[in-house]
Amino acid sequence: MNIIKLKEIAKQIRRDIVTMTGTARVAHSGSALSAVDALTALYFNFMKLNPKKPNWPGRDRFILSKGHAATALYAALANRGFFKKEKLKTFAQNGSHLTCHPSIQNVPGVEATTGALGHGLSIGVGMALAGKRDNNKHNIYVMISDGECDEGSVWEAVLFAGHHKLNNLTIIVDYNKIQSFGRTAEVLDLEPLTEKFKAFNWWTKEVDGHNLGELLSVLKEAKKIKNQPQCLIAHTVKGKGVSFMEDRLEWHYWSPSGDLLKKALEELA
Amino acid sequence: MRKAFIDTLFELARKDKNIFLLNADLGFSVLEKFNQAYPKRAINMGIAEANSIGTAAGLALSGKTVFVYSIIPFVTFRVLEQIRNDVAMQEANVKIVGIGSGWSYGSLGATHHAIEDIAVLRSIPGMRIVCPGDPIEAAAATKAITKTKGPFYFRLNKAGDPIVHKTIPKFRIGEAIQVRPGKDLTIITTGNALPGGAIVSDILSEDGLSVRLISMHTIKPLDEATVKKAAKETKAIFTLEDHNILGGLGSAVAEILAENRFGGVFHRFGAKDAFTHIAGPHDFLREHHGLSPKNIARVIRRKIA
Repeated sequence: MNIIKLKEIAKQIRRDIVTMTGTARVAHSGSALSAVDALTALYFNFMKLNPKKPNWPGRDRFILSKGHAATALYAALANRGFFKKEKLKTFAQNGSHLTCHPSIQNVPGVEATTGALGHGLSIGVGMALAGKRDNNKHNIYVMISDGECDEGSVWEAVLFAGHHKLNNLTIIVDYNKIQSFGRTAEVLDLEPLTEKFKAFNWWTKEVDGHNLGELLSVLKEAKKIKNQPQCLIAHTVKGKGVSFMEDRLEWHYWSPSGDLLKKALEELA
Repeated sequence: MRKAFIDTLFELARKDKNIFLLNADLGFSVLEKFNQAYPKRAINMGIAEANSIGTAAGLALSGKTVFVYSIIPFVTFRVLEQIRNDVAMQEANVKIVGIGSGWSYGSLGATHHAIEDIAVLRSIPGMRIVCPGDPIEAAAATKAITKTKGPFYFRLNKAGDPIVHKTIPKFRIGEAIQVRPGKDLTIITTGNALPGGAIVSDILSEDGLSVRLISMHTIKPLDEATVKKAAKETKAIFTLEDHNILGGLGSAVAEILAENRFGGVFHRFGAKDAFTHIAGPHDFLREHHGLSPKNIARVIRRKIA
């Protein structure tokens, strides 16, 4: 798929995100918007998938460890054909399976139940290990957030994957520089982050997390790596795509409803 | 008990190539044979329990049957959220194997004791809890939990447990074993409180009492029918466990009795709701908590007098 088409899809996913969060009046729209381009690259031009057979054993796996960006995942899955787009309208409504953090139960394409930070990477490590032992060819992709790197369990998993040379495992760090209650640089500075992953024996590369072409070429490069897991540190902007939401902490909590939703959709038209 | 477990798992793993055994850098003199025989499926995760449980869940979601082996506090309390979210919530086929029930690691101190684990794990939806009463039950239970898909907490004593069962009993998850028949009173034990329960029943039998002894090896799902039957057929029920009296076997049995209007005598024997800050072997610390067979027999006599 060419980049113009991918950009269109990314925009559609962003429209779905603001519509879902704005209608349901729930938090985390900014965190979902920063993740969109990496998800678009993975789901629409990179991972081996079969939306009609979500449990096909040969598929690549994606785990959204930053589960609070569930709307981005749901929108990607729906637009990719894992379930009907109509279902997105039920997001966070009474009785809906589309909860604000994703569950493996009842949502086709969701590979792990996430929402508590610091869990998804270890699950991905287990899947990668199983893949190695069974000589499978599929890859495991895990998206973690920057704030999530505060969790000690992340580094247990990073140490393990580096030691065991799990080259079928790729992390994307959605580095939007804002965590729940402040800027990462101020709350608990992660820098130097690239050097940290390198020190744990990961192939690591920084990438513009909103540049689809760059994301795809680095993913391609990562896939060729032998003997090392790979980490893409994706520099992103919280709330990316909607001017009044970009790079603002408030959009970890606020939802773009009413006139703001209208305005957001105009910008994403 | 842990030897009965690992010997059985060793045999099962010979045929079942999906069995994985993760440890968090321990198992000296216990796991070596398994690790050497199945190096690809025996993984030392390092001293990193959170990642151990998450990795186990990921392996299980990829079709593996995964055992995670460690000392109880490290494989339960430290990783409670991983057990809840990654294992139970996802119905992952992971068996948490906790070694050192009660005061098995007596002299190592309070950090290594385990008197709260059943209470905590019992409240997690979908988590089944199996506490075998002796090495024979431990071997049978290992087979049963391997065969049964889904999350389990398998609570074991360390070593040196006496064998209580003279013959190999029928073992089914969720079905208590009646070790001895009796009409006057019932003693229900779980885990390695069983040998102590057997001694208590010996003492009371000498007084002419007919004591029913039950090994409640599965705490969850609890065998309600066996509890109700005992409530109907005997006038007094006593529970005995190497666990806090809050939230363990005694609490689980009390819930059944209370809801079924049991009018007889009921008493829970277990750890006082207190950490144990003194050293000593298992039996010594049991005695410290009033759990010597002699003292238990004394209290029972008083209760039914």
